[in-house]
Amino acid sequence: MTARDDVLAAVRRGLGRGAVSDAVAAELTARVATHRRNLIPARAAALEPAARLRLFVDMAEAVQTTVARVSDAGDVPGEVARYLAAENLPAELAMAPDPALDALPWDARPLLRIRRGKSSPEDAVSLTPCLAAVAETGTLMLMSGERTPTTLNFLPDTHIVVVRSGQVVATYEDGWDLLRARGALPRTVNFITGPSRTGDIEQRIELGAHGPRRLHVILIDDGASEADGER
Amino acid sequence: MEATSHTFAGNARAGLANPVLRRALDMAGAGFPARRAEAIARLPEFDALRDEGKAIKDHTIGHLDFYLELYERQVTAAGGVVHWAPDAAAARAAVLGICRSVGAKTVTKGKSMVAEEIALNEHLEANGITPVETDLGEYIIQLRHEPPSHIIAPAIHLMKEQVEATFRAAHTALDPARPLAEAPLLCGEARAVLRPQFLTADVGITGANFLVAETGSSIIVTNEGNGDLTQTLPKVHIVITSIEKVVPTLEDAATLLRLLARSATGQEFSSYTTMSTGPRRPGDLDGPEQYHVVLVDNGRTALLGGEFQDMLRCLRCAACLNHCPVYTAVGGHAYGWVYPGPMGAVLTPALIGLDEAGDLPNASSFCGRCESVCPVRIPLPKMMRHWRERQFALRKAPAAYRYGLGLWAWVAQRPALYHALVEAKARLLGRLGRRRGRFRTMPLAGEWTRVRDMPAPEGRSFHALWAERGRARR
Amino acid sequence: MPSPPVRVALLVTCLVDLFRPSVGFAAIKLLEQAGCSVEVPRAQTCCGQPAYNSGDRLDAKAIARRVIAAFAGYDYVVAPSGSCAGMVKVHYPELFADEPETAARAHELATRTYELVSFLTEVRQVREVAARFDGAVTYHDSCSGLRELAIKAQPRQLLASVAGLNLRELPGAEICCGFGGTFAVKYADISDKMARDKVADIERLGARCVLAGDLGCLLQIAGKLSRSGSAVEARHVAEILADMAADTPPIGAPSA
Repeated sequence: MTARDDVLAAVRRGLGRGAVSDAVAAELTARVATHRRNLIPARAAALEPAARLRLFVDMAEAVQTTVARVSDAGDVPGEVARYLAAENLPAELAMAPDPALDALPWDARPLLRIRRGKSSPEDAVSLTPCLAAVAETGTLMLMSGERTPTTLNFLPDTHIVVVRSGQVVATYEDGWDLLRARGALPRTVNFITGPSRTGDIEQRIELGAHGPRRLHVILIDDGASEADGER
Repeated sequence: MEATSHTFAGNARAGLANPVLRRALDMAGAGFPARRAEAIARLPEFDALRDEGKAIKDHTIGHLDFYLELYERQVTAAGGVVHWAPDAAAARAAVLGICRSVGAKTVTKGKSMVAEEIALNEHLEANGITPVETDLGEYIIQLRHEPPSHIIAPAIHLMKEQVEATFRAAHTALDPARPLAEAPLLCGEARAVLRPQFLTADVGITGANFLVAETGSSIIVTNEGNGDLTQTLPKVHIVITSIEKVVPTLEDAATLLRLLARSATGQEFSSYTTMSTGPRRPGDLDGPEQYHVVLVDNGRTALLGGEFQDMLRCLRCAACLNHCPVYTAVGGHAYGWVYPGPMGAVLTPALIGLDEAGDLPNASSFCGRCESVCPVRIPLPKMMRHWRERQFALRKAPAAYRYGLGLWAWVAQRPALYHALVEAKARLLGRLGRRRGRFRTMPLAGEWTRVRDMPAPEGRSFHALWAERGRARR
Repeated sequence: MPSPPVRVALLVTCLVDLFRPSVGFAAIKLLEQAGCSVEVPRAQTCCGQPAYNSGDRLDAKAIARRVIAAFAGYDYVVAPSGSCAGMVKVHYPELFADEPETAARAHELATRTYELVSFLTEVRQVREVAARFDGAVTYHDSCSGLRELAIKAQPRQLLASVAGLNLRELPGAEICCGFGGTFAVKYADISDKMARDKVADIERLGARCVLAGDLGCLLQIAGKLSRSGSAVEARHVAEILADMAADTPPIGAPSA
């Protein structure tokens, strides 16, 4: 017997039965395939898009994410420059090689030095897109891919994330749906809720334990919502 | 690790007498429950979510073989490898084998209680591989060669002064003149020391909070981001986890995630909830080239179908520790093994035996606060009582205690005798104690009166007085 | 025509029987005021909890069988203790889970069994009591009553009607005092630490008296208060509600 057989046999022995019958297996397969949602907290599910956006911002700010709202994608480079200057950070970025980010008018900010690719240990600031933002808890949902390396989310001290208002969904389950709609899962999906923190010394919360100590969201509030965007 | 659960009583006394531990635990005793209460007050559906969480876990455990096989198929489909480990030795061997296959010298580790359970670090060290704990609390206790004292806050027994001394002793390059007395400075020091370790490690080992059968994903929940660096930077990612962590779908995981952080730290959601499925994809710019899952049984299947099966629902949130008056009195090290507090009092005897851990399920006043805060409603006191029943059946309790209890129970089944004895005792003690109203010492009650007075009885038993009234009325 | 009085059997509890009959008489007075006729089955001794919690299931069952028999036929069974009422209400049915016939009787008894104060407020709809107790008091929520029987608001509701009484909420009122039956002697040092914390919280409040609904907790708290030289008194809540505080000194205090 292999170790695998050992464990599975022990499970069945403990449960007092043999392998599940075909009928039960079909039931369980169906349960998995339907992606049935469990109870969804009313907090986010019941909100109109504008209120959902507000909830996202409130929840994000409650966990020390900073949020800047711009009305047009063209304003993103300016906001990046403003934020870096305000935080006294160098005007250098490691940016996800993402066409949507590339399309932004960076030429208008010639002083920003931008490097595209995965993160290297020297990077102080990263800029990434996201898959979605979850209003329920002010959470960003990012995924790995050839245009979105995961290291950008963790190595730099400051992480800037561009979110379009149409990407703000109510719940994690909405995020799962978006993920499934893309086909095969990526290697990594990161739910990020505020900057890195630890309470391991005297339960005092310190930001920037190993990941970024600053998480800045640039929210492009272009009036688009889930209803007219993603679905 | 060498278990010291059999000396619980002595460990507990040492904990109670340790002033550093007192200060640290007093801080924890107040902080965690208050934050949990605030988080729950903000989510009206919390109790309903607990019912669903319990149902999800029960459903999964009832069909554990099916979901484990589905999970394995999906991991494999995503390019990962599942290693089944019936016991701790098999789990250690699996991890070591993977490390050796890539010639690993250094491994970074995210926090994993299963790794503690199978004593992975000792095994790697003995085989020439250096494990580096990267969770701040785990890193501190690794430097101090201590086991964790809490399942989510492993260094909760320490104050910042101890952490500073530990860093100064271990970080030999550290300038003695550099100030390090405050928590932010200590965090910065750990971050600076660990960063190169993340970048150079050959293998990254994390645990898993959940395994998703539908997708073959493992999910970790952290606040520091150490787990993400651990599993993203090295060329091999090993997930060391146990079979009961599997859930059917992403939706089920979402429900349990809503319970976990709120119960654990009182956060709405932890900073990082990370789902990993297989190794890096073609074209990915980073991420590990290999993804392995070591799936550990190590005594869990033995709980199936019995009075301890409900324990397999445990999410390892630590709410039961944080709300336990015994845990917050004695600290986690008193429990003498990996899992402390109420969940440890139930799980530890199952994993290392009642002979070693028999004290743990007894060291409870059955106040029930653990069960009242458990996100998946595990009846912890009831299961502690079941351990006591097994001990009683095996005659493990001291003979004097067993005979005393037996005699009392015999008398309690003979009302006339019982009432006569109680009346005699009430009269005697009432007379002896009348002047002071209490006893500072009392024969046969030495352990009571050692630490508190024994209030004196009023002098007559209720039943005697009631009987007299009845006669007077007639 | 007044309806026939409700027949209530008093589950005295072994601690009240031995230590503080006053609590039993206070309970009877309150029950009679609430229109009940009270009887005290002589065949009762203890609910069996010490055996049950020590893992001695056989003796616990033997004692429980006797309790079930002794309290058959009454409209209600009332105990001045959340712990003993919880034992009958919650644990007896569990104890006989594998004996359907006895389990049915245990369930039936459980539906009729109440802790005193919750019986008064919930079953008898008592909203106020005729009692006076001058000064600030505080209330400790005994664990079994609180978590097994959801007793929290009921005693506070009735205490609010006691003339002269000023209730100050105890921080950590829901945290165990460290009694826990045999736990108090088997793990005396841990029990002591819990009692010290409890007594420190009580002392800080500046109340004259601490109340609770369980004599076990009260022996622990009163014993620790007097050992630490505190002047704070300890009493069972029934004594106050029945206006009988003048009849007996506080728990652990000398007779006048």
